[in-house]
Amino acid sequence: MMVLVVVIPFSGALVCFLVPKRVRRYAGLAAAAATSLMVILFALIPKGADTFHHALGGWKRPLGIHLQADGLSIIFLLLTAVTAFLVSVYAGPYFDSPQEEKTVDHHFWTLWLLLWGGLNGLYISSDIFNIYVLLELVSLAAVALTTLKGEAEALIAALRYLMAAMLGSLVFLLGVAFLYAEYGILDLGGLGGELRATLPTITAFGLMVFGMLIKTALFPLHFWLPAAHGNAPAPVSAILSALVIKSSYFVLLRLWFEIFPSITTYAAAQLLGAMGAFAILWGSFQAVRQERLKLLVAHSTVSQIGYLFLLFPLTVAQITGEHDPSWSMQAWTGGICQAVSHAAAKAALFLAVGNIVHALGTDRLISLRDLKGRLPLSVFTIGIAGVNLMGLPPSGGFVAKWMLLNAVISSGQWWWIPIIVLGSLLTAGYVFLMLGHVFAPSRKPVLLEPVPRTLEVSAFALALCAIFIGFTTSGIIDLLQMELHAMPVPEALAWSLP
Amino acid sequence: MMSWEHMLPLVTLASSLVTGIVIFFLPERNSAWRSTLNMLGASIKVIAVAVMSRGFLVDGAEYELRFTLALGFDFLLRIDFLSLAFLFLSATLWFLTTIYAIGYLEGSPNRSRFFGFFSLCVTASTGIALAGNLITFFIFYEFLTLVTYPLVVHRGTKKAIRAGRVYLWYNISGGAVLFTAVVSLSALAGSFDFTAGGVLAEMAAGGNRSIHQLIFFLLIAGLGVKSALVPLHGWLPVAMVAPAPVSALLHAVAVVKAGAFGIVRVIYYVYGKEYSSSLGVLFPLALAAAITILYGSLQALNQNDLKKRLAYSTVSQISYIVLGAALASPLAVVGALVHLIHQGFMKITLFFCAGNMAETLELHKVSELHGVGRRMPLTMGAFTLAALGMAGIPPIAGFISKWYLALGGLQDGQLWVIAVLVASTLLNAAYFLPIIYSAWFRELPVDRRPVPLKGKLETRWTLLLPTMVTALFSLGAGLWAGWQWSPLGVCQQIVRGMGLMP
Amino acid sequence: MTELDSFLVYALTAVTLFALGLHSLLSRRHLLRKIMGLNIMSAGAFLLFISVAHRNGKEFADPVPQAMVITGIVVSISATGFALALARRIRKKTGLTSLDYREKPSPENHNRP
Repeated sequence: MMVLVVVIPFSGALVCFLVPKRVRRYAGLAAAAATSLMVILFALIPKGADTFHHALGGWKRPLGIHLQADGLSIIFLLLTAVTAFLVSVYAGPYFDSPQEEKTVDHHFWTLWLLLWGGLNGLYISSDIFNIYVLLELVSLAAVALTTLKGEAEALIAALRYLMAAMLGSLVFLLGVAFLYAEYGILDLGGLGGELRATLPTITAFGLMVFGMLIKTALFPLHFWLPAAHGNAPAPVSAILSALVIKSSYFVLLRLWFEIFPSITTYAAAQLLGAMGAFAILWGSFQAVRQERLKLLVAHSTVSQIGYLFLLFPLTVAQITGEHDPSWSMQAWTGGICQAVSHAAAKAALFLAVGNIVHALGTDRLISLRDLKGRLPLSVFTIGIAGVNLMGLPPSGGFVAKWMLLNAVISSGQWWWIPIIVLGSLLTAGYVFLMLGHVFAPSRKPVLLEPVPRTLEVSAFALALCAIFIGFTTSGIIDLLQMELHAMPVPEALAWSLP
Repeated sequence: MMSWEHMLPLVTLASSLVTGIVIFFLPERNSAWRSTLNMLGASIKVIAVAVMSRGFLVDGAEYELRFTLALGFDFLLRIDFLSLAFLFLSATLWFLTTIYAIGYLEGSPNRSRFFGFFSLCVTASTGIALAGNLITFFIFYEFLTLVTYPLVVHRGTKKAIRAGRVYLWYNISGGAVLFTAVVSLSALAGSFDFTAGGVLAEMAAGGNRSIHQLIFFLLIAGLGVKSALVPLHGWLPVAMVAPAPVSALLHAVAVVKAGAFGIVRVIYYVYGKEYSSSLGVLFPLALAAAITILYGSLQALNQNDLKKRLAYSTVSQISYIVLGAALASPLAVVGALVHLIHQGFMKITLFFCAGNMAETLELHKVSELHGVGRRMPLTMGAFTLAALGMAGIPPIAGFISKWYLALGGLQDGQLWVIAVLVASTLLNAAYFLPIIYSAWFRELPVDRRPVPLKGKLETRWTLLLPTMVTALFSLGAGLWAGWQWSPLGVCQQIVRGMGLMP
Repeated sequence: MTELDSFLVYALTAVTLFALGLHSLLSRRHLLRKIMGLNIMSAGAFLLFISVAHRNGKEFADPVPQAMVITGIVVSISATGFALALARRIRKKTGLTSLDYREKPSPENHNRP
């Protein structure tokens, strides 16, 4: 069953590549629906060791490919399934509209399903080399999606994105090589048990974390993100900001808490937190200064990523250096809620902005004034998504910030308080920069391009999901507490040991 | 008890929430449906509140609704003594303001949006009243900030957008400060519900007192933005560009009262009277309130724009509530609570009147009001009644609240309070009496073309009726203050229920 | 040369290759050089894997790193191909051969193969 979560999107991608152009949209949507359904079914089945481990083709470790799922995997699988399905619903009519058809060729569905399969695979793979391969797959598909518009700016942004992503993966790969040289194991759980604080291990740790930081676009490694996310077609921007970024963050969580917990230190965690803090401030500061809608939203992503990294310092106690202190569950809930609600909210925001750009024919911020009360649902979507990003109730973002701040105060790391507060204020600044223009008087009458109902409704549904996440927190906590069902890790084969 | 009664708090909340959401989806021209829905929702709310008040005060029934969301994160709706006061205010005034707003905005654009957010705004203030713990309170408090913004910028003019921005920055910053304080409290003391007499003293016994002082300061700073404590009042006079029903609601019920109500909650239900006086935080708060009272009245003297004058008057009047709460003597608390209700009715009357004059005669400035009493005798009569009440002339409602505040000051041995009250009364008279005088006794300026009557009434009945009702209520609340179920009587029961008075 | 020494030589070479590639990626402006830099980096990483495979002194080499390297080469080739295609399209559209917007597309750039 777990295999199907990956197999369905991959086969869907193949089918979409082969079928004639006019049915591609329906084939793609069917594959998307099937994948989401599969993920939801998988999340619902009773928890037991057999269902959560799977050796591909019956080959055992270390030669075979081994899949495993724990609570964290399920959260990310579900987050991807829901967001991805609604984005797929949106993408059909979006790419069908005459305005887009001229410039976009019809490979969206193939690439998108490949990307989705890659993401799902990433969340259930259990060894670090597979993670590398899937990361590359996700990056290549993501870059290809960025180029769909074919404008010069998009191409340049895409190539820069490709370079950054490749750099990240290669640095990660070098780290994998170091680890393999030292231990001869690639398995996540196996490595975690064996780890010693030797020089190659620490180097590997640094390399792998650094690689993932580039891909997650944590300040100051975010240079590639705004252009790539800001120039892609609306559904692609949504996918990149909501999902692709989260995949490398997921890997980072795996590395930090499963492979390297014995060598992460208070100082290293503080460093990640500090980078996150700068990201929050810098990203929202830049967002407030943007004059183009999509770039504003892209910079907002830079800032929101920062909150994700507050999770790291909050799970290490200051004085004792003890891991997993009493408040770490709050920090985890906060971090994961932030990841999940940001995915839904940011996707909703990009899609709603896409509607407005589609209707107005321009993405200049000031042209929002020409809406004059039209497209109320899209504007409302921006409002709700904005509430989420600001962390105001009732929303997933609120729970996230509540939990993070709670952990901050319980841990005594008070220096994060002004960051969180200031971040919310700056976020309010750029959200109301958009909404203020909507209420402002128009300069001249503008005829709107009609926006298909599906586009508006799917964006709105995503925004509602973001609100709804605020009420599912206890479910998230349950999943987070679900330990990985232990599966006997086979001894590494004799000849692979140093 | 039957189970549907447990759902009453939810019904009260949903009556406006559902109405608001449905209204968003109604087409603009469908005004009959919209008005019907609005009135239906408002009536349901009034009835639900009446049933719960009766159940709670007479039968001693309890209404409570709790969901556990996550770690120490309960969503709790509950009726207690204090909620009743605010709930009553918001339910009644929503009903009246809805009638008024339907008449006021007849034929203007974007009404679906307006009434949608209007209902959400009332939902937020109902939620604030029903909130049984700080988290729930905070959730609705922030919700209120958000849903009021579209109302403030409703007109879409440059001035309105600017006012919206000022409003947002003040309130979002205040919200952020409050957020920090609320999270700190729940991190220090765990999850707790509002309890009469305060919980912090036991929950965080042996905790660091200076941290508690700091958190108190942050809480007040956050709540003080909405209740317009000087120097956090800057948004209120600017937000006056909103349509009259919004100003009425902002000033009388929703926003400013939410702040004042929050302060009362913090002092009596979180910190507790004894603990907060032992921390020594009440005197500075009382001082800040006194300064606000005098400052607001002084500023009101200088305003020529009628709505701005009323706005500064609000700044001053709201701090009566804060002052009463900070004095912590039982009589002063009665004064504070009864003022919460009285001020609501009087101030909403004043704003209705200002709206009537603006809508019918297009008069906005104080200096334009010469002789207006002859053209609009009912409106001006209501205005006179409410203004005299504000100044504290017996037997109108405002006198009762000031009387109790003064008694509270005496009981507490803080005589300076009486000086502040007297000074403020003089100032109130100084900025209201000239208006009343010129409206009744000055001649109509010769250059102004009289606006003819349309029909029998001086203006539309939808505008006139709510005005008259609130004005008469202000008078009645003063005349029959001794009755058990008058606002004063209920507030005395509330204070007894809070365990402050035998 | 002992077993460990030969491993060290390979490993150091691999790391040097990786560093050279990285240097080329970061400091060169021309797209082709950047893409080649990426390629050299991956070559470095693969060399490290291969050298690990034969460090245990048994008569047969560890197959896992070799499998990984083959997979890695496939990934690397597709990424390089994609990057080259992108670079070509960028040059065709804008005449740029670097990611620097400020660079003026010169006629000479157009003529180069």
